[in-house]
Amino acid sequence: MINSGDTAWVLMSSALVMMMTAPGLAFFYGGLVRRKNVLSTMMQSFFVLCLISIQWILWGYSLSFGPDTGHVIGSLAWCGLKGVGMAPNPDYAPTIPHLLFMAYQMMFAVITPGLITGAFAERMKFSAYVIFTLAWATFVYDPICHWVWGTGGWLRSMGALDFAGGTVVHVSSGISALVCALILGNRRGYGREPMPPHNLPLTILGAALLWFGWFGFNAGSALGANELAVSAFIATNTAAAAAALTWMYIEWKMVGKPTILGGATGAVAGLVAVTPAAGFVSPISAILIGVVVGLVCYTAVAVVKLKLAYDDSLDAFGVHGVGGITGALLTGLLAQKIINPAGNNGLIFGNSSLLGVQALGVLAAAAYSIAVTFILLKVINAFMGLRVPDEEEVAGLDITQHEESAYTLLD
Amino acid sequence: MKLIIAIIQPHILEDVLKSLDEKEIYLRTVSNVLGCGRQKGRTEVYRGRKETGGMLKKVRLEIAVNDDFVRRTVSAIINSAKTGNIGDGKIFVVNLEECFRIRTGETGPMAIG
Repeated sequence: MINSGDTAWVLMSSALVMMMTAPGLAFFYGGLVRRKNVLSTMMQSFFVLCLISIQWILWGYSLSFGPDTGHVIGSLAWCGLKGVGMAPNPDYAPTIPHLLFMAYQMMFAVITPGLITGAFAERMKFSAYVIFTLAWATFVYDPICHWVWGTGGWLRSMGALDFAGGTVVHVSSGISALVCALILGNRRGYGREPMPPHNLPLTILGAALLWFGWFGFNAGSALGANELAVSAFIATNTAAAAAALTWMYIEWKMVGKPTILGGATGAVAGLVAVTPAAGFVSPISAILIGVVVGLVCYTAVAVVKLKLAYDDSLDAFGVHGVGGITGALLTGLLAQKIINPAGNNGLIFGNSSLLGVQALGVLAAAAYSIAVTFILLKVINAFMGLRVPDEEEVAGLDITQHEESAYTLLD
Repeated sequence: MKLIIAIIQPHILEDVLKSLDEKEIYLRTVSNVLGCGRQKGRTEVYRGRKETGGMLKKVRLEIAVNDDFVRRTVSAIINSAKTGNIGDGKIFVVNLEECFRIRTGETGPMAIG
């Protein structure tokens, strides 16, 4: 039975999640790179929106949500959206058109490979990026999405809780991002030359748009205009605020000054961590999630990364990978049936089994992401190379990959 | 003919220009520049990573004058640009080989004035 209120809210939420990729992610990442690479960085976010929108309709949705094959992947029966129409699919969303559920999930499939771009910013060849993104969406995102959310998926059947995609979106992309950073290697001069963000106002704008869009991401995952959506909305906002405050407080104590980049980064980390938990946790738990993920991600980004000297350029792993894992595990601690009867109780509320399932989900997604991303990168590297030549990296990717410049010297 | 180049604090520019106006020295070129002195600029922190050697914003003032204007130009700048703090800047005076006024083709001291 189609409900018009639910349909309106999920339509709106789909648009909000689309906005997270371009402009949200495009501005967030675009401001963080050097001025010679801002367009190529924003292009990666914009392009993934176009590319995966098509991939999803042709085969992505079928692989992710289509009829189950061996609990690991959907079949190809729904390729080209065959049989996906206006009638609701009771397994996924009984009160909205099946096509709308498909569209909403499309925007998740779009943003996930987009998140990875932060790891190989300022050095990846555009042609290699296009192939990698298409392959990664097909061979990494679609299967993991099926495990967790698809009917018959093995993690879904085990009772793993992932309200809006902590494991599907953030763990998969964040872990893959680390593999990308390691395989592509550091940017030329990393650690020796200064590489400050070229336009922090763009980054702050992007972070704020991400926060705004995240209401569609998390509250929209209720798939209806209902109490659950409200609960997820509150948890989302609360965790973002708590994580931003935590991050700025650490900076103030440890480095001397609170920074707005720190605040924005903390907010995104909070949003990442609350993604699996929203809809299962109370507002007070959301504060706790924000504080913990603020501490953990700050340590990953500002301490561990500098010690190990890998170049996760825009902290795709440090924020999404580490934040996603933290959130998935905290969900195993803090979930409450009082908040959502369809969920489960976490460790703190007397159920010791959920945490283990959450950890298994993270491990499986991480291991699979590492293996397949590694193979994809090696194969693409063998055929076409992953990095631009040194002289093109020096000149910048805007001019060498796209023949355009963001800022001209004269009018 | 001399070219006077002054590197000054950006916030003091208005005072310096007013002081030059009072001494009837009207011709000048101003540009934004980056630089540092013995303090080696400043440190910036992004996500906990320190970027050292950040340059400070300065203003570069260029004034071409005839020899008898040098002293009053320099003193007008010093009087207005001096705060007594580190970073007040420097003034360089260099010989000027030749000068052409594009519109009329005049050369030398005539063209400067």
